[in-house]
Amino acid sequence: MSRAAILGAIQRGLKRGPLPVDQRAMLTGRMLAHPRHVVPMRGQLDQAGRVAMFAAYVEREFGTVARLRSYADVPGAVALYLAQQNVAPALVVSPHPDLQSIAFSDAPMLSVRFGTALPSDAVCLTQAFAGVAETGTLMLPSGPTRPTSNNLLPDNALVVVAAERIVASYEDAFDLLRAAQKMPRNVMLVTGPSRSADIEQTLELGAHGPRRLHVLIIDGEG
Amino acid sequence: MLQTSGAFKENAAGAMADAGLQRALARSKPQFAKKRLAAVEKLPEFEALREAAKNIKNHAIANLDFYLEAYAAAVEASGGVVHWCATAEDARRAVLNICRAAGAETVTKGKSMVTEEIGLNDYLEANGITPVETDLGEYILQLRHESPSHIIAPAFHLNREDWEASFRKSHTDLPPNRVFGERRDILTEARGKLREKFLAADVGITGANFLIAETGSSVIVTNEGNGDLTQTLPRVHVVVTSIEKVVPTIEDTLTLLRVLARSATGQDMSVYTTFSTGGRRPGDPDGPEEYHVVLLDNGRSGMVGTEFQDMLRCIRCAACMNHCPVYGAVGGHAYGSTYPGPMGAVLTPMLVGVEVSAHLPNASTFCGKCESVCPVKIPLPGLMRHWREREFERHLTPATMRYGLGLWAFFARRPLLYRLGTRAAALALGWLGRRSSRFSWLPLAGAWTKTRDFPAPEGDTFFAQYAARQKALGQKSVGQKAVGQ
Repeated sequence: MSRAAILGAIQRGLKRGPLPVDQRAMLTGRMLAHPRHVVPMRGQLDQAGRVAMFAAYVEREFGTVARLRSYADVPGAVALYLAQQNVAPALVVSPHPDLQSIAFSDAPMLSVRFGTALPSDAVCLTQAFAGVAETGTLMLPSGPTRPTSNNLLPDNALVVVAAERIVASYEDAFDLLRAAQKMPRNVMLVTGPSRSADIEQTLELGAHGPRRLHVLIIDGEG
Repeated sequence: MLQTSGAFKENAAGAMADAGLQRALARSKPQFAKKRLAAVEKLPEFEALREAAKNIKNHAIANLDFYLEAYAAAVEASGGVVHWCATAEDARRAVLNICRAAGAETVTKGKSMVTEEIGLNDYLEANGITPVETDLGEYILQLRHESPSHIIAPAFHLNREDWEASFRKSHTDLPPNRVFGERRDILTEARGKLREKFLAADVGITGANFLIAETGSSVIVTNEGNGDLTQTLPRVHVVVTSIEKVVPTIEDTLTLLRVLARSATGQDMSVYTTFSTGGRRPGDPDGPEEYHVVLLDNGRSGMVGTEFQDMLRCIRCAACMNHCPVYGAVGGHAYGSTYPGPMGAVLTPMLVGVEVSAHLPNASTFCGKCESVCPVKIPLPGLMRHWREREFERHLTPATMRYGLGLWAFFARRPLLYRLGTRAAALALGWLGRRSSRFSWLPLAGAWTKTRDFPAPEGDTFFAQYAARQKALGQKSVGQKAVGQ
């Protein structure tokens, strides 16, 4: 009942009935083509430039960055980071194939569990689908290999992103996502660690989400 | 919320005398403008993005019926349910029915102005369901039984000692002699308290900044991550939103996102921008099993095709109130409505009727700053002027003002009479005030002279002086001509 009333009121306001077929087809065409608008130039650099800009923006937004040669360097980098932060070396790791293939046994001090984070987990390691140079933003879609809870519950979020997946703009990241699959249930664009300025408009880190965000960029062997 | 827009003048006087509020305003107000400017200056494309953002919203509204149907179809295709609600009452009932079907006792809530608009919390509570606000600012307001005073910084009006006092009063299970040394201690305590709530809730309610017709997604933007926890952990996710938030595609949304955070907090991008599309998929290890959208009209469709249609572009960034001298002087509560500031002054009469909110479109200096910073270029002063016209047409303006304006209009249409009258008044006042050259009291202007003196006119009116000067010049040039010849 409300549906017809709302649509009817809109059409009365627009002084027309339902759109004619050709116009509907045109609008459907616009959705299918999903044209881009103005895209800022600043991220549109070569890969080295994009990665450098991405890292700089992550740091500006109070995140930290480590650049690694390959996935083999991940356990050492994780252990080092947790030691520096004085956090116990136990972590839950998202069940993504790239993370599952890491030889965590190389760092025996790390206690690793694959799966979905529980409220008691203090550290999480996840795999970003892409990074966006424009603002130092991570794209974290949901799915069997990427539980959403892992982006949110632990105090320390460690995120792996491959340098070749760091693109210029949000549009580029969504192009990659569209090519890979249909729209996931949940897509998070994350820019820095959780924060709030609700108390006297003064920024404090660590509101409800992770207090720390550490990004591990895998530069590749080349 | 309780509508007190009719008492704006009394509210404003109270706000000006409230030392705590004035301290909060003085501290926070300049920050927003400074941060916005810094973010805008770093992005050369900002003006082009504003223009694109305006055009996207105009396109969406011109085809709103089509995009709403496309959006609803996409939500349903992804396993979600859309509840179309013409009125606030419809929306409240839809949410309650979902909560009851889920057997919910407590619901967590992300920040949502639409739920404020429909008074959802009081309604749920009256029906035996406990709502818990999880945005830090909304949380303390719930503890204090207050309404937000700003659309993106709800606790804008509070100082640190207010936070500490409220937490001590409400969190009675914690040691009463605990020390809040820094702001961080307040935040940490709230985080601990709310973590329990997130995990216990049966239903999570969020708002939406945008709805995407192409994919059937709702988009929320937060810095805290509370919205994400609210929509991820409970078994049921309910999005309470309104019809003008629909845009066609992801790309349209991305353009709007680029102007939203910069205009709002001066961030390039908020920390969490999250696209939600339906409930849990096969193989998903987490996420809500049910996904509902409560889609509210509440007077918005009535703005389509009117002079107020431009207001439907609003993306609720709060830049207008952050730059408004009136908001800066009295804060948000004085407006006595869900939406304060310039955007509220235009929207509120539409939602609750101009009869009870006629003061709001008058509470403006028409300095034009709000329009100049609006990311979707809404002509806010022009729209407030439309309300003033409607108010006048409907005889809502006070009688003395109507007669005064009528008298002025009579003379304004008769320039000779107007000039004679003003000249007589200026000369008479000049003569009367020749000693002290000012008046501390004047008949019919008591309100004006109560707080300042009225200067006595010195000499003749502008028109008389101008005419005299032209005459003198004319004689001179005639004389020069005569010499030249």
